Amino acid sequence: MKVRVLVTLKNGVLDPQGKAIHHALEGLGFAGVNDVRAGKLIELDLADGTGDAEIEEMCRRLLANTVIENFRIERAEQAA
Amino acid sequence: MNSAVIVFPGSNCDRDLAEALRLVSGRAPAMVWHRESELPHGLDLIAVPGGFSYGDYLRSGAMAAQSPVMRAVKEAAEGGVMVLGICNGFQVLTEARLLPGALMRNAGIRFIGRDVALRVENGQSPFTARYDAGEEIVFPVAHHDGNYQADAETLDRLEGEGRVAFRYAGDVNGSARGIAGILNEAGNVLGLMPHPERMVEPAHGGEGGRRLFEGLLETVG
Repeated sequence: MKVRVLVTLKNGVLDPQGKAIHHALEGLGFAGVNDVRAGKLIELDLADGTGDAEIEEMCRRLLANTVIENFRIERAEQAA
Repeated sequence: MNSAVIVFPGSNCDRDLAEALRLVSGRAPAMVWHRESELPHGLDLIAVPGGFSYGDYLRSGAMAAQSPVMRAVKEAAEGGVMVLGICNGFQVLTEARLLPGALMRNAGIRFIGRDVALRVENGQSPFTARYDAGEEIVFPVAHHDGNYQADAETLDRLEGEGRVAFRYAGDVNGSARGIAGILNEAGNVLGLMPHPERMVEPAHGGEGGRRLFEGLLETVG
């Protein structure tokens, strides 16, 4: 069972990396980029039947730092 | 003072920290590998050094915070043993939830390695007993992820309870309210980004960091 975890910085948290990417896009001549936020994509291959609660626990305890980050869990069928 | 320095794969300030402790206390600390699940008995101080534990994978300090030795460090901290986390050690302590908040990428994106001026905000803690509140000192910093962030409520609580131990005298890395080092609620855990262990003998360009270790020695005997 494939699950994707998307980890993003919370709104309002300054994202220096996103800002640098934004700046670089502008440098390449792309106009109209309003904002860039960078995050992480973590793909998990889990035993069938692994429950949502357990995946959330993985996110809370390790994959995301909930002080500054949000996470979203996508099951493979949704992600496809 | 019986002390231990925790060593993770990728730690690189462990020997500097051990040398500073030996210099001040006259006793070499135990070097404890991250795979150990037990700490030596009778410790007064556990020091978590700087470096790039586990290559900063996932987030700085995130993997180290889950290592077996950190469970023992948490238990010791809860039992009142002093815990000092410097640089990556501070990141590890926040990831291990021994200290609140998080250390993010420097606001200016670049790695910062230079001497910075700090203000001692709390001169009463065991770590700062040899400094005066309001005093300005200079420690080197060497970090990429030193931008301290926490929600406003946490920041207010830290300030209200005198738990901001050190503040940058000017903006260095974008840290909320210029925070460079904080204490836990009980006052026995300190995390700071600057490196006191790199300011302990004249050849370092100053000895201002020595007093942090001397204060600890005075407190624990």
